[in-house]
Amino acid sequence: MISASLAIPLSLALPLVGCIAIWLLDKHPNLREAATLITGAILLVLALTIFGAVGGGEQPEHVLFEVIDGLPIAFKAEPLGAMFGLIASGLWIVNSVYSIGYMRGHGEEHQTRFFMSFAVAISAAMGVAYAANLFTLFIFYEVLTLSTFPLVTHYGDDKARNGGRIYLGVLMATSIGLLLPAIVWTYAITGTTEFTEGGIMAAHAEAVGPIAGVLLGLYAFGIGKAALMPAHPWLPNAMVAPTPVSAFLHAVAVVKAGVFSILKVAVYVFGIDFLRDTGASVPFMWIAAGSILLASAIAMHKDNLKARLAYSTVSQLSYVTLGAMLATSMGVMGGAMQIAAHALGKMTLFMCAGAIYVAHHKSLVSEMRGLGRVMPFTFGAFFLGAMSIIGLPPMAGSWPKFFLMLGAADAGQLAIIAVLMVSSILNVIYLLSIPVQAFYMNPAEEGAKPQGAEGALIQWGALKEAPILCVAPPLFTATGAFLLFFFADPLYKYLSPLIGGQ
Amino acid sequence: MSIASQLPVLPIIMPIMAAPVTLLLPKGRAPHLWACLFTWLTFAACIALFREVDMSGPISYHLGDWAPPIGIEYRIDLANALVLLLVSGIAALVMPFAYRSVQLEVDERQTPLFYGAMLICMTGLLGVTITGDAFNVFVFLEISSLSTYALIAMGARRDRRALTAAFNYLVMGTIGATFFVIGLGLLYQATGTLNMADLSKQLIGQDNRMVQAGFAFILVGMGLKLAMFPMHLWLPNAYTYAPSAVTAFIAATATKVAVYVIIRFFFSVFNFDFAFIGAAFTYVLLPLGLLGMFGASFVALFQEDVKRMLAYSSVAQIGYMLLGLSFATVEGLTASLVHIFNHALMKGALFMAVACVVLRAGSHSIHAFAGLSKRMPVTTWAFIISGLSLIGVPLTVGFISKWYLLNAAFAAGHWYAGFLIVASSLIALAYVGRVAEVMLLREPAEEGKYAMAKEEAPLSMLIPMWILVLANIYFGVRTDLTGDIATRAAEALMMAAGGAP
Repeated sequence: MISASLAIPLSLALPLVGCIAIWLLDKHPNLREAATLITGAILLVLALTIFGAVGGGEQPEHVLFEVIDGLPIAFKAEPLGAMFGLIASGLWIVNSVYSIGYMRGHGEEHQTRFFMSFAVAISAAMGVAYAANLFTLFIFYEVLTLSTFPLVTHYGDDKARNGGRIYLGVLMATSIGLLLPAIVWTYAITGTTEFTEGGIMAAHAEAVGPIAGVLLGLYAFGIGKAALMPAHPWLPNAMVAPTPVSAFLHAVAVVKAGVFSILKVAVYVFGIDFLRDTGASVPFMWIAAGSILLASAIAMHKDNLKARLAYSTVSQLSYVTLGAMLATSMGVMGGAMQIAAHALGKMTLFMCAGAIYVAHHKSLVSEMRGLGRVMPFTFGAFFLGAMSIIGLPPMAGSWPKFFLMLGAADAGQLAIIAVLMVSSILNVIYLLSIPVQAFYMNPAEEGAKPQGAEGALIQWGALKEAPILCVAPPLFTATGAFLLFFFADPLYKYLSPLIGGQ
Repeated sequence: MSIASQLPVLPIIMPIMAAPVTLLLPKGRAPHLWACLFTWLTFAACIALFREVDMSGPISYHLGDWAPPIGIEYRIDLANALVLLLVSGIAALVMPFAYRSVQLEVDERQTPLFYGAMLICMTGLLGVTITGDAFNVFVFLEISSLSTYALIAMGARRDRRALTAAFNYLVMGTIGATFFVIGLGLLYQATGTLNMADLSKQLIGQDNRMVQAGFAFILVGMGLKLAMFPMHLWLPNAYTYAPSAVTAFIAATATKVAVYVIIRFFFSVFNFDFAFIGAAFTYVLLPLGLLGMFGASFVALFQEDVKRMLAYSSVAQIGYMLLGLSFATVEGLTASLVHIFNHALMKGALFMAVACVVLRAGSHSIHAFAGLSKRMPVTTWAFIISGLSLIGVPLTVGFISKWYLLNAAFAAGHWYAGFLIVASSLIALAYVGRVAEVMLLREPAEEGKYAMAKEEAPLSMLIPMWILVLANIYFGVRTDLTGDIATRAAEALMMAAGGAP
């Protein structure tokens, strides 16, 4: 078994090696996909090694080299990063299986480029997860943006071009225009960008105090991947990409890298005590709350399923931001758990959307009525995923909501509790209605009958499901979201160093 | 008398002796190989000089053994050793690169002349950098400028507008040089010396009208040469219509050397005891730098011609260098020196990529770049990587420059300048992104003016270009050469000028 501190650089290098292998195997699709899966499997082992080591109280470190005096590219795994790394690498395999089914079922072109970009993106996501300082984080954050650009513009048509322009424009503009100055400013004041327990700002309270709110704002909007309104337009526009991209990158790797960074900044750069004492985070707490409600409201009006899910993601991401900005331990815990729970839930939903598209070429919610009778597995998975997103037990998504409410109560922000409740109700309306309509309603078309035999809820004899590689992955992640509900306590204990616990 | 002790004069004497010989050589390969050989020898000499200075401190070389301040002194410290390394290094890459491009763009009868002029131009730039004598700066400046006028005019084979561009530059450049020499004259009146070190001593306590006027003339003169906004009007046409290889060379070196001269005069001839130095920083360099960053970037956004777009971008990038200087801190000066080096790497690579496109598509209009990734993928990626560097994306030198500049701005308390720096990078994102999108996501023209076969540029062009591209990445992750040396150079300059260390 290799040591955890060696596993960190390996988990960055491995996907790049995989990328080259994919490129070399361009002409042999089966071997090429095998390369992706093997890389994914080894990566998962590495991530598990790191996860285990961190769980045992270690903080494996690896310093690559110093770029500028005092600014090394360095990695250090802590609970939050180890969890994010594990989620990203684990779901990458699931998504790769799904991608194979989707891309082949759909007869897509440029599959080699597609899988290569994915490999680079996962390497960058690993870099974000294990970054030991803001400098390193920023580097991999940008690599992640650039490596996903070919995926967003995969179809190369006018729509993809426009979507890609907004995607890159918003993400680069926020990161270079706001995040980079924030990091350099932090460095100019404190002389370090290292993530430190308790934060680095408290020691420089006098210099930071007057600008703490400004600085926090630069981070909150500069980390555009967290899609805090109004920095969110890139996310709905990224939906022009093939569904596996939306499922993995725009529900897991990219967006989670964003909210993960927000949490890291709140906990390890500012320190939640410092945030609470200065009250700098209060305005951003309200912005996050507004983002939660507004995005849900927009999602209700979207008939295109992927667009609806995208806005739902914008809303759900702001839960994490909200947790960070509450500046209480329970808020941070809720935000951290939301990263895991939402990843499983939203990925399920996106993969179901893709499966529906592969099997029936339907992308509008209004066209999906009655479809559940012939796609019971897909819509069953969708139902479970939606329950998790809403926060209904026994699904994983209920815990983050619970902790966020506790956090809001600790912070004395009772209005936030109301926001969370309203949001859940909105979620029920725009997410649960989809599987319910699919199972119980007749197709929208004039005079069309429900598919299959009259009267039966599920047409067991006449199923028209997507290929197995498109259906099994969402079922798998839905099961994961169910199981995670029962492992909330170990997860809480695992993450407790984040909030100063042992 | 060993050759080692004559090392400082070699980068000047070798190419200037070699240049006339090109005229005697037969047309074709011979002048090119001859010029390559001598740029490489010069580069080697500059590396040796740099190592010497790095290890054992500044060198003073007396030309013809005449002691300064009467004789001409070559004085090499870390700051100009770095610039020497840069100029000769770029020349050593551009020269082999030039052959195919020149074959296409320059009249064959003129090729011996072309390579001769290139050698002379390089000599002039090296001379400006290496000398410790103020009047000698003027002499070498004119040597490089005159040869540049000729080189630009040689673009006339492809586009007659090169002639007016060269003429415009000649008029502006001459005005600049005249201003500069008038300034020197005034300083000479005040002090009776032209040696920089001696000038600096003699000028102590002489804060009078004559010295002030001299300083103003020098600043305006060099401002013209380095295309300080709004004195940049000669530059876009000159860069656009010059032969591609010439553009790659002068864009990477000529304005940088002029910035270096400004630094030298500000910090080594004058110093912070003169009230006007502080005023020049605050009221001239800072606002003009900022204006240049935005004005020129904004104009670049609307250019249909990629070469012209990059030319305007150069004006903007010079704004960064002036901005760094204007903070008058070690961090700021470091940032300027680092950016001088880094910007040469990115612009050199970008203009080389344009040269490759011109070779195959015959045009540098943005339409010629449509679908380039399908026609010339290797060139496309060179352009994209250097373009990312221009924007300031991590893992490239552009990011290092941005980091140093931002850090200098925040440390100096000019936080608004920090935000203006990134804002202007975003304009760079827009104009680089526009070209990248055309290259990656448009379909190549099948017929008409911009149609081209799927054919890469020859290796003689790809290799030098990719060396520069890789340098963009290498110096983007390792800053031992740029950042550390620049910091040491800046500290030394700052100490000499009596500023806060």
